[in-house]
Amino acid sequence: MPILTAVDWLILLLYLAFALGIGYSLRASMKTGRDFLLAGRALPAWICALAFIAAGLGAPEVIGMGAWGARYGLEAAQFCGIGAIPAMLFAGIFMMPLYYGSGARSLPEFLGLRFDGKTRALNACALALMTIFSSGISLYAMGRVIQALRIFDRLFLAFGWDLRGVFSFSILLSAAVVLAYILCGGLTGAIYNQAMQFLLLVAGFLPMVLLGLRNMGGWSGLKAALPEAHRHLWKGVAQAGSNPMGIEIAGLGLGLGVVLGCSFWCTDFRVIQTAMAAKDLGSARRVPLLAAIPGLFLPFLVILPGLLAISLPTPRTTTVTRMEGEAIIRITTVARPEAEAGLGVVPAKVDQGTGKLVLDSSGQPMLDYDMATPNLLLHYLPTGLLGLGLAALVACLMSGLAASATAFNTVFTYDLYQPYLRKGASDLHCLAVGRWAAAGGVLLSIGVAYAVAGFNSGFSGILDALLLAFSIVNAPLAATFLLGMFWKRATGHGAFSGLIAGIGAALAHHGLTLPADTQIGFHGGWMTVLHRYPSQMEQSFWTAIFAFSANLAVTVLVSYCTRARSEPELAGLVYSLTPRPERGDRVWWKRPEALAAAILLGAAALNIFFA
Amino acid sequence: MNLDLRIPIGSIFTLIGMILAAFGAATNGKEVLYAGSLGMNANLDWGPVLLAFGLAMLFLARRSHKQLEKTTAKPVKKRDARRGR
Repeated sequence: MPILTAVDWLILLLYLAFALGIGYSLRASMKTGRDFLLAGRALPAWICALAFIAAGLGAPEVIGMGAWGARYGLEAAQFCGIGAIPAMLFAGIFMMPLYYGSGARSLPEFLGLRFDGKTRALNACALALMTIFSSGISLYAMGRVIQALRIFDRLFLAFGWDLRGVFSFSILLSAAVVLAYILCGGLTGAIYNQAMQFLLLVAGFLPMVLLGLRNMGGWSGLKAALPEAHRHLWKGVAQAGSNPMGIEIAGLGLGLGVVLGCSFWCTDFRVIQTAMAAKDLGSARRVPLLAAIPGLFLPFLVILPGLLAISLPTPRTTTVTRMEGEAIIRITTVARPEAEAGLGVVPAKVDQGTGKLVLDSSGQPMLDYDMATPNLLLHYLPTGLLGLGLAALVACLMSGLAASATAFNTVFTYDLYQPYLRKGASDLHCLAVGRWAAAGGVLLSIGVAYAVAGFNSGFSGILDALLLAFSIVNAPLAATFLLGMFWKRATGHGAFSGLIAGIGAALAHHGLTLPADTQIGFHGGWMTVLHRYPSQMEQSFWTAIFAFSANLAVTVLVSYCTRARSEPELAGLVYSLTPRPERGDRVWWKRPEALAAAILLGAAALNIFFA
Repeated sequence: MNLDLRIPIGSIFTLIGMILAAFGAATNGKEVLYAGSLGMNANLDWGPVLLAFGLAMLFLARRSHKQLEKTTAKPVKKRDARRGR
């Protein structure tokens, strides 16, 4: 049981006080709906860039990336490399001029301008559902980690409360803090807290990683302690069966690099809203590019802890005997059964109901990889720094939840309430609705967190569940946005039917396939099993590819059968019909394209080194 | 917006850095406390780094504030000077 001392609590409480303080100090600036829901479109690029990268680093991502690092090794860093960097650069160079330049307040509104009202409404509903689901997962993840780390156990024992209430206490406390600073500071409060979260993450996790590497004897020592398959980024990706993630190059390149990367970093409003809050178009373009710079080094902070966690010795019950004078003293250190059945500091999974170890289909204990990063924090960080590390974890939850809640209230207010429920609602009315929507969104997320708690025992990890949902709901959207922005012939009827077909194809693919070593149900195969994938991740990647392809094909087909809008109507909405952003008198190396090229070169160098 | 983010970031990192450095100095030599961190007093090593970062952010915020004051004050001074005030 971790023993948090006064100094750890002081740092944790200091973070909470600053998170609330930032929101409180912004309350006077929230005078209009634009201030509250769009941050007044007045923020500098560097703040938005930190928030942009932090939007992809909620608690499920930070905990889940560590889990994937432990489970799949260095290959999991593909999510931060091919799955993030190209998409971020693409967003900055090609998509932000259209998003920002169109004057749309949200991504569904952009679709409304480009296509029609029904496409906007469908996208708004899908986005609202996805934000609620992902924020519910964020809450669940944090509740579970706090429960596993037994942070509040002493408090509960002191008051004589039932320890089963720790989960509820954790999620309600987190939700209350996030709601308080969103209601006061709106999107600005969320973005400021996201920026602070990213810096806290670096401050809290970097010492852990440095200590871990030092313990292992540096990178070469760590590699020597890892299984061969865990040491490489690219080795074995030619075939699905010859790499730990069980993914072949087509699934990786197309599924992760194109579809999932694009649908998260280019078309997910939780992320893009941070760039749309920038003060001008030039800043908005720089936001994803600046965010990609720390993005290059993210695997060192979020994937490497997983590798370090499985490299440590697995705890064993040991007895040490020594003589003191005439007395023989035996000291027995008892390891918990789940720790002994684990790997390194990754414990085995325990059934919350029975208290027994959860076994896989071959009778081996399933490992609780989600505990890799939290347990590594406990292993290496001493009192003091431990408080900072836990504050960083809590900050990840808060900002992930805040990103979802602010995206939800903007989409609900501007894309569902104002156009459909109360047409012509005033700005002040929208401000009030935005606040109520934020509160409603957080309440719904709490409900989702409890629902996920009921289902998770069957899932191998929280991020796996999130990835699957993302593949079904968000992946088809990427095709709609890409066709809308880069093909002037695409029509509203085409986009709408394409979206329906994409989501339908994703559901059908999930219902007809099943990953190896899993049961029919949430994992898939609920229609019939036509194909078995070597891993859950491979199934999610191909679900995304099917959804994207079906959307692409149906949108093109229906667009050719329906009447396209005239070119003047599409100016500012389609890339080929939009004037290029002015370069001014800036020298070539100060232009966004040069920065993007430098980042690509950096990414290529890292990929070659860790191949 | 009225709030310069560098101020809260600088303040929190300065405070955390001071807490860690002070705690590290007070517990220096306690081997049991630092057994997990390979015997290194990680608080005393990392605290000053965070403190320096926090102070740098506060310095940048203050410098920016002063520059802003200068740019807004200058035209008034010139006009005042012309009027002989």
